[in-house]
Amino acid sequence: MKVLIDHISKVYRDRKGEATEALRDIHFAIEENEFVVVVGPSGCGKTTLLNIIAGLLSPSSGQVIFEASRIDSKPHTSVVFQDFALFPWRTVLKNIVYGLEEQGLIKEEQQKIAQRYIAMVGLQGFENKYPHQLSGGMKQRVAIARALANDPLLLLMDEPFSSLDAQTRILMQYELSRIWEETRKSFLYITHHIQEAVFLGDRVVVLSRRPGRILDIIRIDLPRPRKEHLTTEKRYLEYVDLIWGYIKDQAKEVLEEMK
Amino acid sequence: MNREKFFSGGFQESSIEQPIEKAIVQDKTYFLQMKEHPWLSIGSFIVILLLWEMVSRMEWIPPLFLPSPSEILSEGWIMLKTGLIFKHVFASLSRILWGFSIACISGVIVGILIGFFSIPEAIGNPLIAATFPIPKIAILPLLILWLGIGEPSKVAVIALGVFFPMAINVYTGVKHVDPLLIKAALSLGSNRTRIIKKVILPSILPIVFAGMKLGIGIALLLVVAAEMVAADAGIGFMILTAADLMQTKKLMVGLIILSLLGIFFNWLFQRLEHFFIPWKQ
Repeated sequence: MKVLIDHISKVYRDRKGEATEALRDIHFAIEENEFVVVVGPSGCGKTTLLNIIAGLLSPSSGQVIFEASRIDSKPHTSVVFQDFALFPWRTVLKNIVYGLEEQGLIKEEQQKIAQRYIAMVGLQGFENKYPHQLSGGMKQRVAIARALANDPLLLLMDEPFSSLDAQTRILMQYELSRIWEETRKSFLYITHHIQEAVFLGDRVVVLSRRPGRILDIIRIDLPRPRKEHLTTEKRYLEYVDLIWGYIKDQAKEVLEEMK
Repeated sequence: MNREKFFSGGFQESSIEQPIEKAIVQDKTYFLQMKEHPWLSIGSFIVILLLWEMVSRMEWIPPLFLPSPSEILSEGWIMLKTGLIFKHVFASLSRILWGFSIACISGVIVGILIGFFSIPEAIGNPLIAATFPIPKIAILPLLILWLGIGEPSKVAVIALGVFFPMAINVYTGVKHVDPLLIKAALSLGSNRTRIIKKVILPSILPIVFAGMKLGIGIALLLVVAAEMVAADAGIGFMILTAADLMQTKKLMVGLIILSLLGIFFNWLFQRLEHFFIPWKQ
């Protein structure tokens, strides 16, 4: 399995016909079992890129190509959204089986798969709760389980932890790292948080400010499983510093322009 | 004046007298915290009833114009015993039920169609904008001309009256469905028709209930009006004939039944809402 992001550009046009260039010539590939993180300053078109890969937005030019030995009719991607996007009228279990219902699986099969992912994200005992009864961290666990249950070729995550509080966010990063090691799927993770990018990713794609271009693609050569102590190690901090260098320059340019 | 002065003991000769003012922080939102007065609600209701009873008993207003509550109650009891009341209530209720159900179902369908698909929206919106402002009771003569003087014309006028608020409510509801939820459903493999069933319908349920509560008031209004124009049974008919014969007590019984029906439907929809929308506390 391989996903090719093939020279994607996106230009938005508003009603007056004025153009805003969001992405310029984004080109990279996501390999099988690879955790790729896209990091960039705010407003660099990260979410635009994710929506294009998810098939929720059309690019102005370029294309996204999935290559696999077998491609069936179910969705190639699942998305974990920043604001959870859980169906408020469905319980935790019902949210998780949503995609399985759409695939037309029988009830027993749905239950079996759902139970597996409920256990994986640690939601046992919450199956029959409604989303409004859960904390932010719990909601995002449901969203992750729902996305994984659909067994996509590529899991897309759009700043999934940015609406959580700082403590929960760190714990969820550890959890996600563990989940990825357990499932070994291809993940594409979008964030503006540099430490998060280095902690989670096999490779980090650094985007520039608008229009988003690729500044660098950095292979993160840190051992797995990645645990808490990693964040104090020298090599980890060097990677963080390297990426911060890029982002800082971008942010400075924005500030200069505003003067 | 709660101004207090302090002096620093040891340095009296050097320091100038400095008065210190104190201000204690008050809760500015105090008046927003509405207190509940359950006894006042019940008590005032009873007092008004007693006053009314007194006014009629003392014949300050002739009972022909304003019969006392106790007389109205006993008249109602007689009508209940003779079963006369049921004939009228059932006649009105069956008209409401038919008209209301037809309007709710078609209103939801039309609302979803014009809210979700561009072609029905282009056709439906101007039609609704043009016909909605017509007072529905003004269409009754035309409906009688078309459908005859029997039940269909009365059911039709109620259905028309309830249809518009329902369809317009549902249309707005569909327009305000969280686009993120639609995206989530799409990314999980739903197609357009599945999205209507699994995302749009549950999303608009609360607004459908709001439309039903609005609609039942309109239905009560229109059933009475229609029965006053042409009917041989029904609450509206009963009220009109009672007035013609100066049977004020009977007329009042009719009004009370209408009030009770309104309260009942409100209660019923509240319960249904709780049952069908368990995710809203």
